[in-house]
Amino acid sequence: MNPRRKKRLLAVTSVIFGLGAVVGLVLYALQENINLFYTPSELIEGKGPNLEKPFIGQKLRIGGMVVPGSVVRDESSLEVSFKLTDTGPIVTIRYQGILPDLFREGQGIVAQGVLIEPDVIEAFEVLAKHDEEYMPAEVAEAVKGIKHEKPKYNLDSGN
Amino acid sequence: MIPEIGYFSLTLAMVLSVLLCIFPLWGAHTGNLRLMRAAPSLAVGQFAFVLISFAALIYASLTDDFTVAYVAYHSSSTLPWYYKITSTWGGHEGAILLWLVMQAGWTAVVAMRSQSLPWILRARVLGVLGFLGVGFMLYTLLMSSPFELLLPYYPVEGRDLNPLLQDPGMIIHPPLLYMGYVGLSVSFSFAIAALLTGKLDNTWAKWSRPWTMTAWGFLTLGITIGSWWAYAELGWGGWWFWDPVENASLMPWLVATALLHSLSVTEKRGVFKSWTVLLAIAAFSFSLLGTFIVRSGIIVSVHAFATDPDRGLFILAFLAIVVGGGLALYALRVSEVKSEGRYKLVSREVALWLNNIFLVVATLIVLLGTLLPMIHKEMGLGSISIGEPFFNKMFAILLVPFAILMGIGPLLRWKQNKWAFLQNKLLLCALASIAVTSAWLFLGYDDVAPLTLLATTLAVWIVFTTVLDIVDKTRVHGSLQNGLKRLSVSYWAMVLGHIGIAFVIAGVTLTSAYSVERDVSMKPLEVVSLNQYDYRFEGVKDIRGPNYSGHAGVVTVLKEGDKVARLYAEKRQYDIGMQFMTEAAIDAGFTRDLYLALGEQLSNGGWSLRIYHKPYVRWMWLGGILISLAGFMILGDKRYRNNKKREQKNQSEVA
Repeated sequence: MNPRRKKRLLAVTSVIFGLGAVVGLVLYALQENINLFYTPSELIEGKGPNLEKPFIGQKLRIGGMVVPGSVVRDESSLEVSFKLTDTGPIVTIRYQGILPDLFREGQGIVAQGVLIEPDVIEAFEVLAKHDEEYMPAEVAEAVKGIKHEKPKYNLDSGN
Repeated sequence: MIPEIGYFSLTLAMVLSVLLCIFPLWGAHTGNLRLMRAAPSLAVGQFAFVLISFAALIYASLTDDFTVAYVAYHSSSTLPWYYKITSTWGGHEGAILLWLVMQAGWTAVVAMRSQSLPWILRARVLGVLGFLGVGFMLYTLLMSSPFELLLPYYPVEGRDLNPLLQDPGMIIHPPLLYMGYVGLSVSFSFAIAALLTGKLDNTWAKWSRPWTMTAWGFLTLGITIGSWWAYAELGWGGWWFWDPVENASLMPWLVATALLHSLSVTEKRGVFKSWTVLLAIAAFSFSLLGTFIVRSGIIVSVHAFATDPDRGLFILAFLAIVVGGGLALYALRVSEVKSEGRYKLVSREVALWLNNIFLVVATLIVLLGTLLPMIHKEMGLGSISIGEPFFNKMFAILLVPFAILMGIGPLLRWKQNKWAFLQNKLLLCALASIAVTSAWLFLGYDDVAPLTLLATTLAVWIVFTTVLDIVDKTRVHGSLQNGLKRLSVSYWAMVLGHIGIAFVIAGVTLTSAYSVERDVSMKPLEVVSLNQYDYRFEGVKDIRGPNYSGHAGVVTVLKEGDKVARLYAEKRQYDIGMQFMTEAAIDAGFTRDLYLALGEQLSNGGWSLRIYHKPYVRWMWLGGILISLAGFMILGDKRYRNNKKREQKNQSEVA
């Protein structure tokens, strides 16, 4: 091989190796950081065709409507817990900290956290609806069904 | 009446942009100079009509003309006048109109500042810009006109600008960002024009470079201010969320950064030509992709606007035409491009080539992290999100070789360099930066994580090698003063940009590692300590603003008994819409920010408060400002300014 070809071969191999390393690393990092999105029904009844349920300790995101009257604040600390629902099943969210400005009962939110019991999530982040026109698309989708079905809770009685 | 004028002049602008697209391109194709000569006046005319249209919208907003749907939805009579103006880009339709103003503005400036170009190239650049103008104006007129009327039944009061957007950040952030996005269309047009002409020489790079640098400067400043705004306004002290919309602005920035490094090689050495052209096409494509991501509603984001799938489809089609057309032309013409220069492994060319590789890999990572959730969802696999740790990890890994290279690159010479000449200097710099950083961190903090030490060392390393390079380059000219004068403007731009990056790295690293936050519940006169500062809660008082009321938690900050600041952490409720907004109180400092956000009142009478101590957080915005200054500095470079006369001769020859 003449020196020029040798140099090219070296360049090409190093590029391929570099690319491989990058792809491998990216996939590895991805695997650890993909968080699945659940609705309360999916969390309880299972998600997808195989009705897969998340395992305890899994990091996940959940979106639904805050059940009116379910928000319980701790007297002295910033602990707060509330219930989320979409079409029936109810999931409890626990959170430590200040809730976002737009957090209100009866409205859509998305929480990110860890499943600690089959229907309890310890959230480290709670996101609320952004303005009148915006609703987290995932919540909107999950809640779409509600419009046809009568919600299991009554908005007026406050549960 | 006024809104009709706005719509009508936008239609006229559209007609002019169609002509601007056809005449010069056809003229350049057939060699008809008269058609080509029409381009500059068409460009200026187009800008004038778009400006009239924009002025009409601002007028409607200032006069509370709620017959205009856009004004009714995004403004209100109680809004202060400056936010009424701001509201014209607070919603989708208006934001697109602002985009058009920028697009037409850049086109007009290119038309006026390109006398030195040969007509055939000038006409093609303006023609391509005209084509892009057609696309956006068609979109505005067909899909998102801000001049829709609510007649005969119009509201007496508007719905108000979203309180989140009632912030000084909103006044400057979108215009700057759009200046950057749209500015990249100029680099794109230069690339396409050069491909059409078939002359990809270094004069092309020389013409493209100041435009690219300026656009990049705006983009940098826009992103920086966006980050600062998120920090100050969103109330939870974050400055970058890896949100899809942030990513949408970061991708064109990364590609544009690669582009201007590659342009410098093409200009000075005549190599990497085809790569540079590809980057120019890619940079603008990414800014269009960003628009698509933001406007189509396929993502979940704190920025998501009211969305409409048809709009997304239009932008996607336009994106396909621009990217597809650009790449097809590239594929047809690239084989004719020959690189001239030769270079060895240890040379500045290779260093800049590696710089490009790292930036492109970074772009692809952001792209993957942004698009994967969308693809996943579109394929019906359910919705997923890719967390911040993914991006943080990938960028941390990329940072190490990138920053090391950034220190070495500027010291290398073109073509080839003896490694032995550099070895000792670099070793000295490396040891010095390790020593300085260790002293800095170990004296300041009890606990120093290895990664924090590494990243901070890299920031210091960039500064040291840059200073070493300045010393090296000035020494040959005798006195320091004499030497400093001889350095070119673009050299200083590089120095500024690299120092800026060092500040960003140090700021991001230190604030991530050493920020402390506490959520507390406090009763009046209670004191909480955090990092040597004592926070005394004085109570809550009522406040009243022009269009909101609310209350502010008053906190006195003390350090060793001395008063440092009195902070008012506000909770506002806006009169229209009754939305609550947390307005954080910040005591800014060069080495630390004290940041306070007020929560709700608890049932025991206390208030919840979130207190942050954020060291060096300002450094990253300082860095961002330095980097953008580097972009604007090139406008002062004589090489790009005074070539008008020199090249007028060439022009007459070509003509």
